Amino acid sequence: MSTATIVSLPDQSTARIPRMNFMTKENGLLSWLLTGDHKRIAMLYLVSITFFFFIGGALAGLIRLELLTPQSDLMATDTYNKVFSMHGIIMIFFFLVPSVPATIGNFLIPIMVGAKDLALPKINLLSWYLYMAAGMLGLYAMATGGVDTGWTFTTPLSTHYLNTNVVTTGLAIFIAGFSSIFTGLNFIVTIHKMRCPGMTWFRLPLFVWSNYAASILMVLGTPVLAITLVLVVLERVAGIGVFDPTKGGDPLLFQHLFWFYSHPAVYIMILPGMGVISETVSTFSRKRVFGYTAVAFSSVAIAVFGFFVWAHHMFIMGISNYSMLVFSLLTMLVAVPSAIKIFNWAFTLYKGSITFETPMLYSFGFMGLFTIGGLTGVFLASSGTDIHLTETYFIVAHFHFVMVGGMLMAFLAGVHFWWPKMTGRMYPEKISQLAALITFIGFNFTFFPQFILGTLGMPRRYATYPPEFQVLNVFSTAGATILGVGYLLPILYLTWSLKYGEIAGDNPWQATGLEWQIQSPPLTENFPAIPIMDHEAYDYEWLEGQKEKVASV
Amino acid sequence: MSDSQVVVHGAAEGAHHEHLPYQRHHFETYAQQSDATNFAMWLFLLTEVMFFGGLFTAYLIFRNWYYPAFVEASHQLDIRWGTANTAVLIISSFTMAMGVWCAEMKKQAGLVLCLVLTFILGLGFLGIKTIEYSEKIEKHHVPGFHYSIQSFVNPSSDPEVHAKNPEDKPLAYDMARHTEIYFFLYFAMTGMHALHMIIGIVLLGFMIIRARAGAYTTGHVTYVENFGLYWHFVDIIWIYLFPLLYLISRH
Amino acid sequence: MSAPHDKDFESIEEHEHHHHIVSPRVYVTILLALLVGTAVTVGASYVDMGPLNPVIALAIAATKMILVVLFFMHVKYSTKLTKLTVGAGLFTFLVLVGMTLSDYWTRAWGRW
Repeated sequence: MSTATIVSLPDQSTARIPRMNFMTKENGLLSWLLTGDHKRIAMLYLVSITFFFFIGGALAGLIRLELLTPQSDLMATDTYNKVFSMHGIIMIFFFLVPSVPATIGNFLIPIMVGAKDLALPKINLLSWYLYMAAGMLGLYAMATGGVDTGWTFTTPLSTHYLNTNVVTTGLAIFIAGFSSIFTGLNFIVTIHKMRCPGMTWFRLPLFVWSNYAASILMVLGTPVLAITLVLVVLERVAGIGVFDPTKGGDPLLFQHLFWFYSHPAVYIMILPGMGVISETVSTFSRKRVFGYTAVAFSSVAIAVFGFFVWAHHMFIMGISNYSMLVFSLLTMLVAVPSAIKIFNWAFTLYKGSITFETPMLYSFGFMGLFTIGGLTGVFLASSGTDIHLTETYFIVAHFHFVMVGGMLMAFLAGVHFWWPKMTGRMYPEKISQLAALITFIGFNFTFFPQFILGTLGMPRRYATYPPEFQVLNVFSTAGATILGVGYLLPILYLTWSLKYGEIAGDNPWQATGLEWQIQSPPLTENFPAIPIMDHEAYDYEWLEGQKEKVASV
Repeated sequence: MSDSQVVVHGAAEGAHHEHLPYQRHHFETYAQQSDATNFAMWLFLLTEVMFFGGLFTAYLIFRNWYYPAFVEASHQLDIRWGTANTAVLIISSFTMAMGVWCAEMKKQAGLVLCLVLTFILGLGFLGIKTIEYSEKIEKHHVPGFHYSIQSFVNPSSDPEVHAKNPEDKPLAYDMARHTEIYFFLYFAMTGMHALHMIIGIVLLGFMIIRARAGAYTTGHVTYVENFGLYWHFVDIIWIYLFPLLYLISRH
Repeated sequence: MSAPHDKDFESIEEHEHHHHIVSPRVYVTILLALLVGTAVTVGASYVDMGPLNPVIALAIAATKMILVVLFFMHVKYSTKLTKLTVGAGLFTFLVLVGMTLSDYWTRAWGRW
């Protein structure tokens, strides 16, 4: 790795965390629990989602432990069903969906648009309380028996044939959905109505564009999930018959309504991560993002097209051939904007001054692993191959590549990138680079074998498998152990850095963007006075000019 | 490089933002605040549109599949109550719009009157719905709770409805069972709608109290305006529910 | 760089939105139109027009909705953003209904 670094810290012997910042403004538990400050709410979210991530991760560990051997010897098959169901539910609804928007997005969007807070601070706080209520309810459901329907709650299994905590879990997800809706709503209003003077749409950082696109999906898609869950609960409780074939209902209706949200949900999860990558790739190659307009519009295109493709999750479920054709074609199309972004990031790197700080390592990981995950999505978009690959480990590998290799790496990139801004302190670079490497290696060992397993025919969601698949499964579990270490390290060193990390100063990365022009950690009101934006995004010449101005004073 | 790069202005030059008492501090101007909150309410209404969307999708599918069942089941609804309720809601939308106008014109007495009328009309709607629901309960037309297909297998066992719809033939057993799906949709859609009405009426109650204290006639009309949007939206849902549930085929 | 003015935070259109107050006369007209529409739709349901019945019922309902949206909800006098928002909601709703129904309608086309 190159020893060159762009990190520029203030003189550590004299540097201090600014006395007045959003953390020190007020003290006491109530000042945090009743805060309207988007930055404090972001911190609350950060702690909460980390907690849920580790529960979901523990469940993943249990899955991989069970799959070490072909028989169901660690736990009963019913228990295994509960473990993977809860793993999916927690990771999707309580970690991935809020990950970047609720933490980094909440913290940064107002600052990036040049505002003092989000448009609706009380709604923002409500969003966190809803998330916590949903999380507690979900944990309660888990502790009192769990659900074993899979995170997809497919009917009529979930409505008629299983006796687990479907209603409680459904309710928990319903509440979490509203948390998500309120976050997205807040972002859309803020981005439209609270940009500072001079901040035109095309001067916004691409992180804002990505979160904007994700917010549209949150606002328009999540309510359909809400009504679907209501219908499932009614079906279980009252037996109304809407999904019951014996009463004339259609189980496939559930799937249409469920996937109408759950497909855009994957874009809700990935888009904010892509926003992070735009920021880090630009900063660590000292170059403006290539094709800003293309990247901005592709975010919106992903959001729009994401609504037209949901039935590719239902190719084998009994939809009409015509639907298979149409949805297959549209799914191919939705891959295009994502590919555009990858190309644009690659061209940003080309002839840039690249350095390999931790956020950049995670970003490289993202670009490679998301590309693989995305390409395997094309295999699945083609309905012919999907018929063979669906419900196998190929699907599991595909979505883990995009969600873990992609989104989780982007989340970690973002946390590391903006850690100095949020806390005023730097994380320890060497150990964090090591953790990134460990994560990358562990990830590939865990999930690459699963592509092969899937192609060979190993079904997903089974506790047992034919013995010839064992070698690859052992590989996968070994990788998972390494991956676990890789995820544990950041918790340790980031916590350590809160007390012992170097003082970061305003702009340790020499990055453009309004957030780097204010103190670290920021003031409660973000800016002493509302800024006026007079330069384009990623304008490194402007940054040079600022440095000269300061030097010449 | 530790100083903020943002040029500090405003305070030194004496430029000030006129902070009206009802302007929140994170907004730069009152106009920005009212635009933002108005836009936020519209976005919330979008979520409501999609929320009801799932139910409308289910309705369209099952109506297409079980048309005869839907026709005969819908004859169980009293068209007079339905029409009356539609008129009640439309008039309440009118009174609500007038209420917004009164707030904009700073006419406090007018505003209170309009809100009270809207409130009463809302209660009237719920009252009629209660009557309709209790009829359904009596006749065992509530899905999942001892649902009875007697009226459809043997229409003459239900003289009241049979007199109004003499051409209704007895349904085959299978098709008669599918009337349960119609009633599920009826209760789900009107029930969800009624829930939104209840929430609206409770909020109206609070608004009437605040309006009497003069909160909305000092130039700060945002609450009334945005609540009006919500109320009109609930009206629009009913505008669609009425023909879809009551008027499937009355000839 | 000058201090931010109020004008920087709102566009001309928003200025119009604040100042345009819809007159009660418009409201009364719309009220009457809606009530007439209700009467027409009830009457139409008693006339046998075959497959046109649901079409007409939905068309009348859509007209009533448009009147409520444009006038009671002030969208006619609102910013482009508001109009776009309403359009986006309707569009997404139609995608949900339309594309889901397209599966059901085409199931009968059979395998090819």
